[in-house]
Amino acid sequence: MIHFDRVSKRYPRAGRDGLRGVSLEIAEGELVFITGHSGAGKTTLLRLIPLLERPSGGRLTVAGVDVDQLPRRRIPLLRQRIGVTFQDHRLLQDRSVFENVAMPLEIAGVPRREAARRVRAALDKVGLLAKEQVDPVTLSGGEQQRVGIARAVVNRPPVLLADEPTGNLDPELSNEIMGLFTSFQAIGTTVLIATHDLDLVERLGYRMITLEQGELRADRPAREGVG
Amino acid sequence: MSRRSGRADRGATPKRRRTRAEARRERAALRPGTRRDQPRSGRPPSAPLLYLLRHLQAAFAAAGRARRARLHTTLTTAVVGIALALPAAFLVALENIEEVAGGWQEGAPQASLFLEREAEPQAVREHAGEVAANEGVVDVEVVTPEQALAEFRAGSEFDAALELLDTNPLPPVLVVTADRSLTPEQVVSLAESLADDGRVVRMRLDQEWVERLHAMMNLAERALWSVGVLLALAVILVIGNTIRLTIESRRHEVEILKLIGGSNGFVRRPFLYEGMAYGLLGGVLAWVLTELGRWLLAGPTEQLADAYAADFALSGLGLAGGALVVATGLVLGLLGAWTAVARHLAAIEPR
Ligand SMILES: Nc1ncnc2c1ncn2[C@@H]1O[C@H](COP(=O)(O)OP(=O)(O)OP(=O)(O)O)[C@@H](O)[C@H]1O
Ligand SMILES: [Mg+2]
Repeated sequence: MIHFDRVSKRYPRAGRDGLRGVSLEIAEGELVFITGHSGAGKTTLLRLIPLLERPSGGRLTVAGVDVDQLPRRRIPLLRQRIGVTFQDHRLLQDRSVFENVAMPLEIAGVPRREAARRVRAALDKVGLLAKEQVDPVTLSGGEQQRVGIARAVVNRPPVLLADEPTGNLDPELSNEIMGLFTSFQAIGTTVLIATHDLDLVERLGYRMITLEQGELRADRPAREGVG
Repeated sequence: MSRRSGRADRGATPKRRRTRAEARRERAALRPGTRRDQPRSGRPPSAPLLYLLRHLQAAFAAAGRARRARLHTTLTTAVVGIALALPAAFLVALENIEEVAGGWQEGAPQASLFLEREAEPQAVREHAGEVAANEGVVDVEVVTPEQALAEFRAGSEFDAALELLDTNPLPPVLVVTADRSLTPEQVVSLAESLADDGRVVRMRLDQEWVERLHAMMNLAERALWSVGVLLALAVILVIGNTIRLTIESRRHEVEILKLIGGSNGFVRRPFLYEGMAYGLLGGVLAWVLTELGRWLLAGPTEQLADAYAADFALSGLGLAGGALVVATGLVLGLLGAWTAVARHLAAIEPR
């Protein structure tokens, strides 16, 4: 589903490398954890997939399409099919939780009634149904993160990217949210999760990729019987 | 460190070459399902309906935003309205002047046909009747040699010289008044056709006044156009700038929309509607302003018309003119928004 072929990403203005010659292959329907110290390149790796960043070297293929050859006007279509949660949430502060989660459906042109149903279902999954009419500013960090997760999954994308989705959550909620992601994997969604929570990753036993200073350090396959 | 990661360090290429079939299958996975794949209730509407719905969506979004930023909306609308009202009022004034000018008989072009001196009064009257039957001729006045001489005597110092003549040197004259709706060129050709007659010795056309008026009207019309074009440009710039500010203040939202797959069209639409809304409201305001101006001038105009014993009332834009002003506003609003959107929206890249 996603193929990295010696992909590197250099930030020219900062003069820093986000990724250096990473080769990876992620199959359809796989759940992969990406770990590594802060600044290792986890966010960079995830951002390359929906073309929020362009690789500066190597070849990146997403769903059989070389991203370098994807015409500009087709990029939005790719992004619509990839659900992303961001480390800094990226919510619209002047719209309610409900409206924030409904945005991908609005873009896809889903009828209002059906959209409302799906938004409520997504909010229910992240445990925020009671706060649908609230403004995101009044939410805690963890709650905002969960709104972001609801927005990422609301349109049932075939690829899901999550950047530190449990960074602000207590262990119990973390477990619940991870359960949500594994349930998506169970129905065939390809899921990539960047996280620092090694205990959780170990416990779940899915494939784990470790980055170090932009390079691939380790690629541990899933435990027997997982995934 | 395992051997495996050591290999990755060197940036090894995955050995296995992917087959075409595999790539095709993967592409299919990312493609949005067709309409029929979706449950009936969740199916997006058909393409044309979807298109319309999206436009409605954008229009409502723009209206909602305009309501929230009331001062902003009011100011822009006022500027656009005034800018459109100026040429509209100018146009109305011009039309009224044309009507007034046409209404004055003195303004109507006149031609004098000088006949043979020995023509019989009876023949002259018959000739006058023939001339009057021509299309475009409103009135024919016969001036006999005696009348002409008397008039001449009354108003000249040639009195003594005239005394010396024993016969009346003046010929009979037909003074022809042409229809005021004729253009100067048509008047000339009418006069020439009347002069092309054996009984007419000489013809003199007196339409300087009309020619001057026509020239002035043409000038005014040209001026109206240039002023109109300049004001239209001003409207485009004002709306473009307003939309630019809106885009700037909503930069964060545009970024996020692009981040989650909003196409350029989707992101652009509300801004275009906002521009059109300013143009539309401005156009309506311009209409109201011109009508207001006419209402204010109605009293004084009536007094003036009475003083000249003329029957005249100011005419306004009318339904067609008003609709034209509003439509112009709409189009200019769209153009203005487009200039802003084309330049500033594409520049916003999601972070
Ligand atoms: N927009 C940017 N401009 C310049 N340098 C950047 C940019 N984004 C990331 N980098 C650099 O690229 C490297 C990798 O950053 P990245 O954000 O991918 O790390 P990370 O693994 O997500 O870290 P964290 O766990 O703290 O989120 C870092 O050295 C960082 O300084
Ligand atoms: Mg990061």
